[in-house]
Amino acid sequence: MLEELPKSYLGELPRSIIEEVEEVAKERRLSEEKKERLIEEVKKSYLKGKFEPGETVGIIAAQSISEPATQMTMRTYHFAGSAGIKVTYGLPRLIEIFDAKREPETPVMTIFLKKRFNSRKRAKKIAEEIVEKKIFDVIRRISMNLSEGSIEIEPLNPKRIGTIIKAIKEKMRDITVRVKAKKVIIIPKGKVSIGELRKIRERIIETRVSGISGIASVVIRMEGEEWIINTIGSNLEEVLKIEEVDETRTITNNIHEMARVFGIEAARNLIINEALKTLQEQGLDVDIRHVMLVGDIMTVSGSIKPIGRYGVAGAKTSILARAAFEETIKHLVRASVRNEVDNFQGIFENVMVGQVIPSGTGMFDLVAKFEE
Amino acid sequence: MTEIFLDGRYIGSTNEPEKLVNDIREKRRNGLISNQINVAFHPNQDEIKILSDSGRARRPLIIVKEGKPKLTQEHIDKLRRGEIKWDDLIKNGIIEYLDAEEEENSYIALKVEDLISEHTHLELDPSIILGLSASFIPYPEFNRGDRVNYGAKMIGQSIGLFATNYQSRVDTKSNIMVYPQVPLVQTHAHKIINYERHPNGTNVVVAIACFEGYNMQDAIVINANSIQRGLFWTYMFRTYEAEQRRYMGGQEDIIGIPEPGVRGYAGEDTYKHLPEDGIVNPETRVNSDDVLIGRVSPLRFLGTMDQFITGIENIRETSVRLRHGDSGIVDRVFLTETVDGTKLVKVVVRDLKISEIGDKLASRHGQKGVIGLIVPQEDMPFTQDGIVPDIIFNPHGIPSRMTMGQLLEIMAGKVAALSGKQIYSPAFNPTSEKEIRNLLEAYGFRNDGKETMYDGRTGKKFEAQIFIGNCFYQKLDHLVSNKIHARSRGPVTLLTKQPTEGRSKEGGLRLGEMEKDCLIAHGAALALKERFDSDKTTIPVCSECGLVAINDRIKNRKYCPVCKESKITDVEISYAFKLMLDELKSMLIYPKMVLREE
Repeated sequence: MLEELPKSYLGELPRSIIEEVEEVAKERRLSEEKKERLIEEVKKSYLKGKFEPGETVGIIAAQSISEPATQMTMRTYHFAGSAGIKVTYGLPRLIEIFDAKREPETPVMTIFLKKRFNSRKRAKKIAEEIVEKKIFDVIRRISMNLSEGSIEIEPLNPKRIGTIIKAIKEKMRDITVRVKAKKVIIIPKGKVSIGELRKIRERIIETRVSGISGIASVVIRMEGEEWIINTIGSNLEEVLKIEEVDETRTITNNIHEMARVFGIEAARNLIINEALKTLQEQGLDVDIRHVMLVGDIMTVSGSIKPIGRYGVAGAKTSILARAAFEETIKHLVRASVRNEVDNFQGIFENVMVGQVIPSGTGMFDLVAKFEE
Repeated sequence: MTEIFLDGRYIGSTNEPEKLVNDIREKRRNGLISNQINVAFHPNQDEIKILSDSGRARRPLIIVKEGKPKLTQEHIDKLRRGEIKWDDLIKNGIIEYLDAEEEENSYIALKVEDLISEHTHLELDPSIILGLSASFIPYPEFNRGDRVNYGAKMIGQSIGLFATNYQSRVDTKSNIMVYPQVPLVQTHAHKIINYERHPNGTNVVVAIACFEGYNMQDAIVINANSIQRGLFWTYMFRTYEAEQRRYMGGQEDIIGIPEPGVRGYAGEDTYKHLPEDGIVNPETRVNSDDVLIGRVSPLRFLGTMDQFITGIENIRETSVRLRHGDSGIVDRVFLTETVDGTKLVKVVVRDLKISEIGDKLASRHGQKGVIGLIVPQEDMPFTQDGIVPDIIFNPHGIPSRMTMGQLLEIMAGKVAALSGKQIYSPAFNPTSEKEIRNLLEAYGFRNDGKETMYDGRTGKKFEAQIFIGNCFYQKLDHLVSNKIHARSRGPVTLLTKQPTEGRSKEGGLRLGEMEKDCLIAHGAALALKERFDSDKTTIPVCSECGLVAINDRIKNRKYCPVCKESKITDVEISYAFKLMLDELKSMLIYPKMVLREE
């Protein structure tokens, strides 16, 4: 609990800072008077650290992220030939995040298990269950018998013939399935050409036998005291249905999926964490507040907007600023058709016409009231 | 069946591709078929390609049989004695030329020592893997690879004697070094390409030391007296040309002194150094923007009838002037004709470029730098023999770049200077470090190339021994005098009223998009406005319709052409924005300016 004196500062300072002050005061056994002096000092430097009115936080954030990112370009694409799970790193990943791509290049999930289910055995079992297996993975051979117009499948494990037939029957209609000498023989109903038969073959290969669709491979890992499952491929909805999975911590790296399943706030946090992680992996130290601003801007509207012409930059209020960025003609024509007004409240449009920009020292006007 | 193609045409097929290919090669080596034919068998594509057409790049290689090169000591001795020639080696199947296609079938050894029985060919010399520029670098195998690459690149930029007939050439721009030298430390390439006839640098005495911080960050301290003696002097030649063109309707340009009254006439003073024919005389001193060739041209873009009026009003001055910022002396004047039979004048201007602070120098090991300070000889350090270095090179340039070749060159250069004989150190086959150290000792010097030196200003001995020797340095074609540029006010472009771009047009230095963002980030709103003020204009705007109004200066009246009588306000705006408004209007978009009282 907070003591009386620091409590009165709650409106001015964040709780975490007040708690830290209190801790120090307790450790050093400071008197009430000294404690007040300390908290006043803390307050001073806290206020000093705040942005002043008229500070262009957006440009500063952009510069703070993009300057180190230029160094990144040179250091990426150095993973050629390396074994193991390849996740998109570095600049390509950063671009992916800020562009809010529908689907990341390498969708990845981190699945946490509930405390009481946390064991190597359990983790391994779940891992095996969720990994997607297609017909292609469980057969030895697939061949087309052109004279009879049928497809023959020879399974790896003859005991699993039943599951294969079940999966195929579920996905495909208009076929008859028979078993002959440990082979599955599929005959399409009616007459089909060789081309169609080939298409059917493709569809059979891609049919899912078990697991959750989209999850290509799984690795289990020990982190601290816990077993964690990492997957390539992402399907949050289905994974959360599993009883053992801790739905409070399990995440994916797909921003849109995160927003759909957990809501926009979760997506915001994901953007911040992923961007910061990507930068830090490359040894670049960017202050979290810059990345937070980007995350905020991308998610304020309630849906995820990319940084770019279809997102944040395209949503600028000024016609001229939009026209100066990209797709000049589109914006000018649209503005003229709709009789739009540019109020010259932004920075770019004022730079264009050669006026003082409304930020920094140009932010303020003097309003004087004259006596009658 | 293997398909056979001759120069890309299908000519037949065979079941025994290997045998066929070997047969052709055997016959070529025996001189039964032309040695210009190359044949390749591609097992993967299952085809044989026989090539005999022109334009293939081919290179000579020594043929190897069972791990033994066909070229023997006997041949080399005979070659030396002049009993046989290169052609004999080819005729006898000792050396053959391969093209890119046949190279695919060969296994080429770099050195004799590397030969194993699978090899089919041997390189003439291991240094052949280097290109022309790189093979001028001595001791390249002692440098890090990228430094050799940089060095080779800079050899291409060096100023030397690129052609001995430069006096009769009219290159648009060329540089000639005044006192070029042949390097003390050479490679085979220097011999092969007749380097003595077109050298590209000078041997200088280099001390590796610091000098008052004026050679930090790759800068070079240079001896003023060495420059006065002609070190790194170069001439820059630039050719200007003017053609006496003929136009439709019988009109033509006239080369001569323009008459007063012609459009664009620049005043009598401008043309006073021109002789009667309007072309400057050789050995005339000319300065920036001086007229070299006086010329007038008929005006273009006239109405149909105006074309036939040939009065003085329809003639424009189009003289050829010296480039802005250049100066020099007229070297040569050429009078000739073009293919169309019109008169053509070429004027070559020469300018002596004496090394100054900011000129770029480089050794052959990718060690480049600009001159940071020119020091009088008496202030330079000297050795006990009284040797004063020409150049002081900063020791910090060595460890991170690891150009050991440069250090070896300096030591070898010292030996060469002492013995009076050039040293040959081509790639992979150099004069060894041990040999050089022994020679240095034999001449009474320390074998590590260091010497005791004294400060020229105080006469005091330096505590450290200083590494000093001779090295080949080049002056690169990046001279400050061709690049220096500054502007406060100056010309603007016609269309946008913004400053021109580029040194030749006396242009401004652009404050770009990202630089603009920095000013914004600092909140320096007024500094930003001032920087972008270069094209500001005051235009009258109608406060009713928001369009640009008219300022009639004769009647001293401002009015709106749309609303006639209405309130007009003067607005300060960038001219580029006014242009954009005009463009919008031309696209039938009505940009209405809503004015607010200040």
